[in-house]
Amino acid sequence: MLNHEHIIRKLTEKFGSSVSFEEPYGFLTVTVPAADNLKALQFLYDDEELKFRFLTDLTGVHYPDRTGEELSVVYHLHNLVDNVRLRLKIYVPSAQPDVFTATQLFPGANWMERETYDFFGFNFVGHPDLRRILNADEMNYFPMRKEYTLEDPQRTDKDDEMFGR
Amino acid sequence: MADNNIKSMLPETSETTHGRHHIKLSEDSLAKQTTTLNLGPTHPATHGVFQNILEVDGERILHTDPTIGYIHRAFEKIAERRPYYQVTPLTDRLNYCSAAINNIGWHLTVEKLVGIQTPKRVDYLRVIIMELARIADHLVCNSVIGVDTGALTGFTYVFQYREKIYDIWEEICGSRLTTNIGRFGGFERNFNQAAWDKLDDFMRTFPHAFEEFQILLDRNRIFMERCMGAGPITAEKALSYSVTGPNLRAAGVDYDVRVSNPYCSYEDFDFKIPIGTTGDVYDRYMVRNTEIWESFSIIQQAIEKIKDLDPSIYHADVPDFYLPEKKDVYTKMESLIYHFKIVMGEINILPGEVYHAVEGGNGELGYYLISDGGRSPYRLHFRRPCFIYYQIYPEIIKGGLLSDAVVTLSSLNVIAGELDA
Repeated sequence: MLNHEHIIRKLTEKFGSSVSFEEPYGFLTVTVPAADNLKALQFLYDDEELKFRFLTDLTGVHYPDRTGEELSVVYHLHNLVDNVRLRLKIYVPSAQPDVFTATQLFPGANWMERETYDFFGFNFVGHPDLRRILNADEMNYFPMRKEYTLEDPQRTDKDDEMFGR
Repeated sequence: MADNNIKSMLPETSETTHGRHHIKLSEDSLAKQTTTLNLGPTHPATHGVFQNILEVDGERILHTDPTIGYIHRAFEKIAERRPYYQVTPLTDRLNYCSAAINNIGWHLTVEKLVGIQTPKRVDYLRVIIMELARIADHLVCNSVIGVDTGALTGFTYVFQYREKIYDIWEEICGSRLTTNIGRFGGFERNFNQAAWDKLDDFMRTFPHAFEEFQILLDRNRIFMERCMGAGPITAEKALSYSVTGPNLRAAGVDYDVRVSNPYCSYEDFDFKIPIGTTGDVYDRYMVRNTEIWESFSIIQQAIEKIKDLDPSIYHADVPDFYLPEKKDVYTKMESLIYHFKIVMGEINILPGEVYHAVEGGNGELGYYLISDGGRSPYRLHFRRPCFIYYQIYPEIIKGGLLSDAVVTLSSLNVIAGELDA
């Protein structure tokens, strides 16, 4: 039976100290350098014991305060045979958000990456059809980034300091 | 001859316009004698806002270019400014055919984040609600497959049972389609007698009606001819495209979140996961039919289990997150404070990140939630099964007939709300 210690050992053997691990709420989370994302996904996919061959989810997160690694891509993988889930994270600078595409490995990543590009502006290198999917084609910004606030921050008619908004 | 006439009526596209918004004739369509056909965005056969620009040779589909996003409502962005309890109504509008599963899935996610343990009775009540939602969802899908193959009777017949399910929800939460059912920790009020009576009525009358529906379609020669072999998905392809839910099971993979990662005490119930073999329209139809019976059996088991439990329990004892009763708010200071804090979104939610998945009507409905300790989620991502599996659609209808494409679309049960978020 595949357990977290074993996955951590295998990944450390393969990638050395460049990989870091967390377990928030018992969900194994692996952070790899951005350039290694495809290698890590391929290793997790191919390895006879790990077999993470189901891409559950792919999405982005924007952390404007982390200088040099503002944007994060989060992959949720699932080993359906042993029923183990794993989260893989990479961080890239928002000035140059280049990420290798996972579409060669998982055809289903196609639309997920298009959506992530659409909202965060990642450049998925090697993606066969990287264009907007939910937003209008004419849009020239990436709306899920934190600098686009939902309400106009200049608004003065709504002073709700009292309630910590 | 007819083909040429249609072609001459199509608009010309110019280089300067935004290509995707106009129908663009494929490069050598004139030489190949093919027709470009615009199916959707609003078309009676698509049951939702879906646009597909098809290149057809007679009745045969050569190429499909799907466009989605017509009803995108930016829920993930809006959620970043709302207190947690105000996110629930957003989840209603994902898969609105089974809104209650979305609501409860979201509540379970937040409960996981803040560490709320719910009593068994709450779990069982939730299971009843979620399985009713699954029945309602599958009823719509399967009866609409009938409509698209020319059998309207089954649809009009079983729809009254979806009405009965909505009547039950109406007694529990006051609304029907977009339910906003339950709260963090349980339900806002106990099931009243009218709800139990209506549930009882549903449980008595539904099996007979659904059997009749199955007699009408299951072995109906015309229906079988239309559905068998249309839009098949192999197990390998389904897995590589991250397909989940009934569509994956119809392809022969027995993956069900209720079994692989049980939530809400699903481990206490005895039920089967139906699977198909070819993953065609007929298999998907049959898998959903069998799942309706399994859901029905789960509800029966839950009703039996609940009889042994204290009937006064309908929420967890978590005053920090669960709104107190209104009469206490007016008379007790603690309740007033809790009420105020919850309504103003000042509840203490610790930083953390969770992924929680439930088995929605269409597959693995996941919530990826990052909290930074603020009053709203820092980031909330919905893993919407429809969005992920709809990308397989152009591939599975390629080479088939146009009428098969319509049936395939309804058998995939693509819900525009979930597709576009």
